[in-house]
Amino acid sequence: MNNKEYQKFIETYTPKPKVFENALVSFLVGGALGSFSELLLQLYQLWFHLPRKESGVIVILTLIVIASVLTALGIFDVLVTKLKSALIIPITGFAHSITSAALEYRTEGLVLGIGANIFKLAGTVILYGVVSVYLFGLLRIIIIGG
Amino acid sequence: MTITYKNVYINNASTIAGIYEANGPLKEYFDKTYTKDLYFGETSWEHAEIKLLKDSIDLLLKKTKFKETDINLLISGDLQNQIASSDYMAREYNIPFLGIYNACATSSEGLIIASTFIDSKKVNNCIVSTVSHNTSAEKQYRNPVEYGTPKPETATFTVTGAASILLTNEKTNIRIESATIGKTIDKGTKDVNHMGAVMAPAAADTIYRHLTDMNRNPDYYDLILTGDLGKYGKNILINYMKEVYNLDISSNYDDCGTIIYDTDKQPVLAGGSGPACSALVNYSYILTKMHEKKLKKVLIVPTGALFSPTMYFQKESLPAIAHAVSLEVVEK
Repeated sequence: MNNKEYQKFIETYTPKPKVFENALVSFLVGGALGSFSELLLQLYQLWFHLPRKESGVIVILTLIVIASVLTALGIFDVLVTKLKSALIIPITGFAHSITSAALEYRTEGLVLGIGANIFKLAGTVILYGVVSVYLFGLLRIIIIGG
Repeated sequence: MTITYKNVYINNASTIAGIYEANGPLKEYFDKTYTKDLYFGETSWEHAEIKLLKDSIDLLLKKTKFKETDINLLISGDLQNQIASSDYMAREYNIPFLGIYNACATSSEGLIIASTFIDSKKVNNCIVSTVSHNTSAEKQYRNPVEYGTPKPETATFTVTGAASILLTNEKTNIRIESATIGKTIDKGTKDVNHMGAVMAPAAADTIYRHLTDMNRNPDYYDLILTGDLGKYGKNILINYMKEVYNLDISSNYDDCGTIIYDTDKQPVLAGGSGPACSALVNYSYILTKMHEKKLKKVLIVPTGALFSPTMYFQKESLPAIAHAVSLEVVEK
């Protein structure tokens, strides 16, 4: 049995990932998280008399705090195994990746541990996020002039 | 390459396990379990892993009544970079030390080296140890422990535990009869969440060569036991052996990864993995059954994926290895 044939062979004995089920859970939970954020957005405007834009920033901060605290309490990763990608794709996932890395490397100290490793997972998002902001900004200037 | 031994006996063994293993079906067979958390009173998972290993050696010395200075050789390996757990354990003992690495097949590599030393009369006795720790392994090979990602059903769960065994040239009621050194085999599998598929061909090759070299049928053994293929890998091995070697091992074959946990009830996906997986099952459950003469001839085949995260990121497929060791009850 050559390598190609072996890869075909093992497919028969490997359970197929439940793509539809996982996507549906992610869609529903992700949607619920979006609705919750929208509710917060309205409430912050009402309670603190903030303009929509500032209220949005505080909504993001709220989600980051919730995700980080749940990560520190060891709850977030359990939720992810049940709720699939619904919590990983939004800003909650970004906060989770940073907090979990900080927790992991605290035993190696503040500089060589947390400092050097905190963006281990989030670094990719930050780097390519910044690069795409530049590219799309440039495109925007070229196409619609600013 | 199959080696036969005339004069290598198992004197005693010790097993220490963590909370997930203590909640599994083999609980009563372990010498000691830590059920509070995975730190065992230490400040980091790496220190906890070293503690497990030291515990298993201390307990073994206590059980055997051998003194530290009576031991001729200590062989140990683990999953940490630079096999750190074994190195830092070894500095605590006044025993000549060999550090080894064969991933989850480390225990069998150690048994083969020790048996060869003893049978060739270079040493009288030797301790072989191994350890793995769920969260320190996650940190070493995967993402931060608290980072949650949806995992496929084929992924395995690293066993937390340490196991040590004392081999001697003095006669006891279980002996190491022969061993087959595995070849490193890579069938092009690149999925780190499907280690069973990565390692099954290596196990199949070793089992086939062992049976051929020793001129035996699979039913010569009461049990053939692989290390950590998990429930899907186990099925792959059975069917792969039928298809490629025309050998049916289904009636007397099992896998330690599916024995150590209750895969239906515990959150371990396809089963246990890690060097301690096979070592814990073999040195507790299997040796007990052999002492009770319920099993008389057992072929243990710990399996290891020799993968490096760096090589994996460089798009390499995953090599695997398996060594077979034949254990026999000595008939008086």
